[in-house]
Amino acid sequence: MSRLPITKTPKVYVGGAFIRSESARVFPLRDAAGNFFANIPQCTRKDLRNAVEAAAKAGPGWAKRTAYNRGQILYRLGEMLEARAGELADAIRLGGASKGAAAREVTAAVDRLIYYAGWADKYEQVLGNVNPVAAPYFNFTVTEPMGIVGIIAPDEAPLLALLSLVAPAITSGNTVVALASSAQPYPAIVLGEMLATSDLPGGVVNLLTGFRKELVPTFATHAHLRALAAVANAAERKTLALGAADSVKRARLFKGEAPIDWFADTAQGVHAIRDFVEFKTVWHPIGA
Amino acid sequence: MATLVSKRKKTTRRHGRPAPQLIFGDLWEYDPAPETADPKLKPRYDLFINGRFVTPKSGKYFDSINPATEQKLAEFALAGAADVDAAYRAARRAQRNVWGKLSGRERGKYLFRIARLLQDRAREFAVAETMDNGKPIKETRDFDVPMAAAHFFYHAGWADKLEYVAPGRKVAPLGVVGQVIPWNFPLLMLAWKIAPAIAMGNCVVIKPATNTPLTAVKLAEIFEDAGLPPGVVNIITGPGSTGGLIMAHPTAAKIAFTGSTDVGKIIMRSVAGTDKKMTMELGGKAANIVFDDAPLDQAVEGIVNGIFFNQGQVCCAGSRLLVHEPVAARFVAKLKTRLRTLRVGNPLDKNTDVGAIVSRDQLASIQHYLAIGVKEGAELWQPPCRLPAKGFFMPPTLFTGVTQSHRIAREEIFGPVLAIITFRTVDEAIEKANNTPYGLSAGVWTDKGSRILKMAAELKAGVVWANTFNKFDPASPFGGYKESGFGREGGRQGLLDYCQLV
Repeated sequence: MSRLPITKTPKVYVGGAFIRSESARVFPLRDAAGNFFANIPQCTRKDLRNAVEAAAKAGPGWAKRTAYNRGQILYRLGEMLEARAGELADAIRLGGASKGAAAREVTAAVDRLIYYAGWADKYEQVLGNVNPVAAPYFNFTVTEPMGIVGIIAPDEAPLLALLSLVAPAITSGNTVVALASSAQPYPAIVLGEMLATSDLPGGVVNLLTGFRKELVPTFATHAHLRALAAVANAAERKTLALGAADSVKRARLFKGEAPIDWFADTAQGVHAIRDFVEFKTVWHPIGA
Repeated sequence: MATLVSKRKKTTRRHGRPAPQLIFGDLWEYDPAPETADPKLKPRYDLFINGRFVTPKSGKYFDSINPATEQKLAEFALAGAADVDAAYRAARRAQRNVWGKLSGRERGKYLFRIARLLQDRAREFAVAETMDNGKPIKETRDFDVPMAAAHFFYHAGWADKLEYVAPGRKVAPLGVVGQVIPWNFPLLMLAWKIAPAIAMGNCVVIKPATNTPLTAVKLAEIFEDAGLPPGVVNIITGPGSTGGLIMAHPTAAKIAFTGSTDVGKIIMRSVAGTDKKMTMELGGKAANIVFDDAPLDQAVEGIVNGIFFNQGQVCCAGSRLLVHEPVAARFVAKLKTRLRTLRVGNPLDKNTDVGAIVSRDQLASIQHYLAIGVKEGAELWQPPCRLPAKGFFMPPTLFTGVTQSHRIAREEIFGPVLAIITFRTVDEAIEKANNTPYGLSAGVWTDKGSRILKMAAELKAGVVWANTFNKFDPASPFGGYKESGFGREGGRQGLLDYCQLV
């Protein structure tokens, strides 16, 4: 007699805990063949606000970690992904990707984390500098994280694209609240389990699943989100930009209708880190 | 005649006698010392489009007045949609056919020329700026004009070194940039906006503020003399609605705005859904924090410079003084003594410290805030001073007994009004300083180096001045956190906001 397998109840990773939506709503996820796979939390605006609160609590501590420590934790996250690469690939294959394509996405995602792990204690040396002002002052420009970054991931490359948006933001000490792909949310559910075992403090990365049309307006207007990184269609971009104006939010909006090659080298870089830092310039007199 | 006043406090006595203090201020008549350079005004100025001065399609003109005398200075073209269109067409043509194809080395040479020609005519520009804006001649002469020239000089050298701007990536110009600037530093803001944009290979459509268009059109004369190719910089004068046309124009690949946070938000909404890049330099409510170990006399100078420089009409003005309780009474007394020596009056006089407010409306707005401050229970103090009979003048003003909930502690007044708040601990100072939607600048006064670095790290502001205030340099990036805007101006970081990565 064959054994009935134990299926997993997908939960989202928010504030370092695995939770269901406060609304208790779920939506069914089917595999590429149309078979029922699991019920996914359909997060609400309230879930988003709670996640922002968790990110706010985690923010100052994460930003104060040394750059070396942040780099080590990102590397550790890479280790966790590599160790469970098969599980992640299976999650990606649910959406219909071939075995090879899913494996390639996972390795690219791991490599992306390792790439940013290495940047953690270097970007400051590339982005900041001492300024030769024409007066007796020691003047220097440093970077600081913006705070909480709202991320809206695309459906394509549901793991790689999500991590490509999250990693540069947290490398510099931001915390994030990310909405995973609505069509392929399961890789983000599995990713949450790896985040939980990666030494990344709870609340630094908060992952939500649900529907864009319910959550995009709150991403747009939530004043505690200091920046947005979103792959969005034209209507969503307008909503996000309008909402961003209310609190002068920084918005990095990618066109969802244009294909983005998340595997390319141009999908990563120190300039992606730069998009989510503030430049602070300090003047100090030179004298006895 | 100068007077001797005694300090009441026993602690200040030396050899059993009160320490005397010499108070100058208005008690001593100074001979007038007007700056007499000729501002070389024309009665009427047209729009500078495609390298030529052209009359506006509407045929309409508006007056700009000298806020110190309320007399008409000159009249300026009132640009409408057709003029803005023409300017964008010229800019796009110049960018595609000339400026965008020119080597960085040659572009740079034009900027160097502009810097030199501005230096040549520095005094003329200083007088013109003072007459149009009302700020003291010593500021335009020693700060606005030389700093504007320095911005062209600094960015000139970048034009052929752009491969060093964005490590690991190649950069390209964005195309045509639309820019709208405020009236508080008319020429300097022009330089801040134009120099990095054209050094990078962009072309520009820019509108100076309605109140202060004079030095912008005068700078166009310099562009002519420098032989700058037609259309690279187009200068459009007109009211706020013209600014709206510039910001909304479909040809603009990027818009850059300096002004109030309210208007900045309106502009952000107006371009939502477009692909325009933006830089926003918006309002501020900077905290200038004085600790008990600070060199107090030096700090007094810094506070005065922080809030009375340019009559306080500065987005990064130190409009909130946070003073450590142990020294608060002594510090405020020193500050009041210093304020009594400030000379308010004719901006063209070389001895004037505080000039005219830019307009009648702005003066009314500041005075409205004084009434609000009094009504909310803060204590107003102004030094005795005689104001000129004509013109928009107001004495430097302090408010003590201010709490964080007072509107004068929360809202940008944009005038010579200082709200004084006290604190006890470092954490309280940080908390109070950051308790604002703004985040443009902050000042810290203390003798302790480690405290400076701690404060500099904790203050949520784009510029932190330690034991100094209101210092600027083309090499030093300037710009805000939070609702004070985004993007930087100056330095390598500022240049990055005028390019795209390719």
